Amino acid sequence: MNRALGLYAIAAYSFLHLPLLVLSVFSFNASRFTRWEGWSLKWYSAMAADAALMEAAANSVIIALAATVGATLVGTLCAYGLWKRRVAWLTGSLYLSLVSPEIVTGVALLAFYQWAFRFLDVQLGMHTVVLAHVSFSLAYVVVVVLSRLRTLDPVLEEAAMDLGATPWWAFYRVTLPQLLPGVAAAALLVFTISFDDYVITSLVAGVDSETLPMLIYSTARRGASPVLNAISTVLVVGLGGLILFAERLREA
Amino acid sequence: MKSRSNRRPKNAAQTAPSRSRLGNGFALLSRARQQAVLSVAKPAPLAASVTAFLSPAVVLQLLLFVAPMLIIAGYSVLSRGAYGGVESPWTIENYQRLLDPLYGVILLRSVWLAAVSTLLCLVLGFPLALFIARSGRRKNFYLQLVIMPFWTSFLIRTYAWLFLLRDTGLLNTVLQATGMISEPLPLLYNDGAVVLGLVYGYLPFMVLPLYATLERLDPSLLEAAADLGATPWVALWRIVLPLCRPGILAGAILVFIPCLGAYLTPDLMGGGKTIMIGNLVQNQFTTARDWPFGSAISLALMALVMLLLMGAARRKGLEGEGEPLL
Repeated sequence: MNRALGLYAIAAYSFLHLPLLVLSVFSFNASRFTRWEGWSLKWYSAMAADAALMEAAANSVIIALAATVGATLVGTLCAYGLWKRRVAWLTGSLYLSLVSPEIVTGVALLAFYQWAFRFLDVQLGMHTVVLAHVSFSLAYVVVVVLSRLRTLDPVLEEAAMDLGATPWWAFYRVTLPQLLPGVAAAALLVFTISFDDYVITSLVAGVDSETLPMLIYSTARRGASPVLNAISTVLVVGLGGLILFAERLREA
Repeated sequence: MKSRSNRRPKNAAQTAPSRSRLGNGFALLSRARQQAVLSVAKPAPLAASVTAFLSPAVVLQLLLFVAPMLIIAGYSVLSRGAYGGVESPWTIENYQRLLDPLYGVILLRSVWLAAVSTLLCLVLGFPLALFIARSGRRKNFYLQLVIMPFWTSFLIRTYAWLFLLRDTGLLNTVLQATGMISEPLPLLYNDGAVVLGLVYGYLPFMVLPLYATLERLDPSLLEAAADLGATPWVALWRIVLPLCRPGILAGAILVFIPCLGAYLTPDLMGGGKTIMIGNLVQNQFTTARDWPFGSAISLALMALVMLLLMGAARRKGLEGEGEPLL
């Protein structure tokens, strides 16, 4: 039975990994079509020369960075607060935001923005995308940081306060340093999910805020393109590396 | 020596009172301070600071999750406006429309496709989880291999299948070049392609909880089964599988819920033909511009998801498994 399992595992891993591997190999194909005509880097230079693509990538980086800072900051404080005190409705609400289908989160945010714009002189744009990303990634940060907090000994902080530290000072000097690997892992996680998001982003983005996934989506809808294969490969390797780094931090 | 040792206690006795009076003063003072810290100073600021720690998240959550949900809940009982907005006559018509065969079919198809995908994930994921659980020292490596696809955006993973399965995609090109087919096979834009995309996307969600339960399985149970004459297959069927129930349940929930609300996979791999609930919602909010109906569908979907989770949580509670995520 073990040999059968081994053979099966090879097939299953191929199913999971071959599509992306094949895609990456074909990003180095000299031909525009799916016929192999030798190795070439021309799709990578075409990618670098594409102004719209680079702008979308820049937008994505800006949005992901802003969302990372916001969500990590708020989420870490929140996780710490929840560690100290159970707030059932907040936990429930975060949990719900974690499981609600992306499309529902997206249309709800869109409806909310349109409603709020009746009272404010604002329009959809990068800021609405950033707020949406902070909102949907908050729960991820809380989950990651809280799991790290649960490994800590609360006595250390109590000792600091017995010695005269204020609660903020005790958090800053005692708990936060021990928490940092978890916080960093959460930040990298937020960066990648923000950078990758298409469904919610496409609903709340304005005309000036096309992101890389939005561009990838519209290109993919029109059919495959070798440049898209190159972008995909860069993203797979780049974001994969980031997550590998985050995993290391989590284990630290 | 003697006189010295005699003198010393004397000296000590002479100075002792003053010192101990001072010492007592310190002790009293520090005790008073300790008490003040314990009884008055500590709890009050702590409670206040916990509130301060939580408040940014509370504001954010109320403003960007609770309020939007309440708004679509409100919209779902309003009528569609002439120019795509919402108008005030209250109505439950949007919910009644969900039962209209036209839309009921979409709901049923979504449940059906999600169920088929979940079942396939279970069938395909169980042997893989078993393989990992039995792979000894290299467990972690094999586990990482399952998690790795999550490091890539869902969009790109879906695109990879488009690249393989399109009419001019790799598979059809290769098959035509080798002369096995003359016309490209219609591999994309049907229910099968959607199920394939969903299984590919969510298989790891099934493997991880299955692996977690298999990992905890007591190997002596299998030895006992073998001693009593069970073949490995019988032991698998009669011992391992029943003990895996919690993992199967967790995996099924983790796969079924995102499949039910899927949007990208049916959109890209199902083409225009295979519409699932997610696409219906998106369509109502964009091209159809019927926000009240779109809101009603969204709420129905949320309700379905919550019911499933509550059912699973109750089941889990009965079986006394797992730890809280939040």
